[in-house]
Amino acid sequence: MEIKGKSVFKGIAIGKIEIYNKGNKTVVRRSIEDSAAEVERFEQAKQEAGTQLAALYEKALKEVGEVNAAIFEVHQMMLEDQDFIDAIIGIIENQKVNAEYAVAQTGDNFAEMFAAMDDDYMRARSADIKDISERLVGILCGVGADGIRSEEPIILLADDLAPSETVQLDKSKVLSFVTRHGSANSHTAILARTMNIPALVSADYPDDAEGKTAIVDGYEGILIIDPPVSVLEEYTSRLNKDLEEKALLQELKGKENVTADGRKINLYANIGGVSDVASVLANDASGIGLFRSEFLYLGTDDYPTEEQQFLAYRNVAETMAGKKVIIRTLDIGADKQVDYFNLGNEDNPAMGYRAIRICLDRPEIFKTQLRAIYRASYYGNLAIMFPMIISMSEVKRIKEIVEEVKASLREEEIPFKEIELGVMIETPAAVMISEELAKEVDFFSIGTNDLTQYTLAIDRQNAKLDSFYDSHHPAILKMLKMVVDNGHKGGCWVGICGELGADLTLTEEFVNMGFDELSVSPSMVLRVRDKIRKIGAK
Amino acid sequence: MKEFAYTIKDELGIHARPAGLFVKEAAKFPCNVTIAKDGKAVDAKRILGVMGLGVKCGQEIVIAADGDQEEEAIATLSKFLEENL
Repeated sequence: MEIKGKSVFKGIAIGKIEIYNKGNKTVVRRSIEDSAAEVERFEQAKQEAGTQLAALYEKALKEVGEVNAAIFEVHQMMLEDQDFIDAIIGIIENQKVNAEYAVAQTGDNFAEMFAAMDDDYMRARSADIKDISERLVGILCGVGADGIRSEEPIILLADDLAPSETVQLDKSKVLSFVTRHGSANSHTAILARTMNIPALVSADYPDDAEGKTAIVDGYEGILIIDPPVSVLEEYTSRLNKDLEEKALLQELKGKENVTADGRKINLYANIGGVSDVASVLANDASGIGLFRSEFLYLGTDDYPTEEQQFLAYRNVAETMAGKKVIIRTLDIGADKQVDYFNLGNEDNPAMGYRAIRICLDRPEIFKTQLRAIYRASYYGNLAIMFPMIISMSEVKRIKEIVEEVKASLREEEIPFKEIELGVMIETPAAVMISEELAKEVDFFSIGTNDLTQYTLAIDRQNAKLDSFYDSHHPAILKMLKMVVDNGHKGGCWVGICGELGADLTLTEEFVNMGFDELSVSPSMVLRVRDKIRKIGAK
Repeated sequence: MKEFAYTIKDELGIHARPAGLFVKEAAKFPCNVTIAKDGKAVDAKRILGVMGLGVKCGQEIVIAADGDQEEEAIATLSKFLEENL
């Protein structure tokens, strides 16, 4: 059976299908009558969790060796820890509540104990406790710990995936994404590009696809369920060819981003979380041009603390070891909603209460993030950029707040570095005042996705409009040129961090326009480098 | 009751994996075994408690065994610490 979809990343994936289970894992406290039966449910879940961990350990032992697999053995021991078990059974029996609640509560308590320790290593262990309690809760609710039930990598089918859901997915288990909804610019699509895996959107797959063997063809935009042997063989050989090509690109590692006629450009990578840094380094990007900070806010129930943010930023700064890391401040709102922000419903959220507007309106949230970034600046080469800017007064207000934050750090004798401040150019207003903005900041980074949607008046979430959405529209290209020229006039360096930066058909034009930097998905770095190195070749 | 003191030499301290191995060793004996740092003692057969002590390199711990096979327990654990931590 062949299903047509819209491809958002080229490539081929072959594997078993798993349909994403939205299963509600929110733990609710329920009173129960029969606590003995509830304890028995817990014991059953514990046994199942032990079996899962033993299987994980065996698998890891084969794939990554004994030292790295040991963590699953430790998880098994934590699971059998008598203090942990006593606490759970105690809560079930004394409070007469359900096992899910008792496990979640106990997990939180132990995780907090570790989180409060004065040792980075031990603090990180709170994630292990959470991992175990979430595994147990997942088993009790009948949902896999990370939404993916299979222990093998699978082709993941879903109606749609929210950003907070993709954040929590165990990405090492996903060969390909296929969603019924979502447009070419949805978060699932962006995630697939970051991960360098084929993905389809707008593909109306049948509900009974679960567990079947399938092929995702990201070149043709099709999903083939239960393919005949001949088709499977043909695709297997194409997949192998793709892997060979990837290996070729690896040869470009360590080479300079310089055109054949000697023009240099910085090639950075876009990331959405600490775990993406590995692929930045693996793909040899010379820095991080867009570090989306939303992951700290999504997938949690409350505002991340200064300390949590500081540890994340410092981790990335240190791992990148002196290479530039540009952190974009909070860009929540629009299609990225977080419950605890209580943003309320809006008729037109893309043009609504989001990004820098929230930060300037709720300066306490903003200051917490800025303090965390400045504290982390001491440990590497950080820069900050601010999203959704439309006016000079915003930039001036931001700079005042930055000064307040720096003054308070000085007063507390907390070390920090003076770092570059830049603005995202993603509104037509910012383009038109770029000459003035350039005098206030150190760099510009053009967010082409939003700039295109605002300039063309096309909602990027609306799949129906994809045929009208022209990312090469002359209006956009003229704006890019204008921003580069105005930026340079005011002493700013200018880059692109939107999806367009990775458009290989425009790479030469970007170099000609005079861009100083392109920031692209880690998986695109070497392809863009290949393109750059061929420009001007005779 | 038998006890002995030991100063941790591993630069990572008692991190998760050695804590797990230590707990496994301790669990082989029927007697009660405790591990203490700065006077705070926890059950040496429970990994979360042992890890919760947060023992770092250069810190001293006291292992105490009380009951059946206490001498064997002390001998085995002392050997384990010498070899691993």
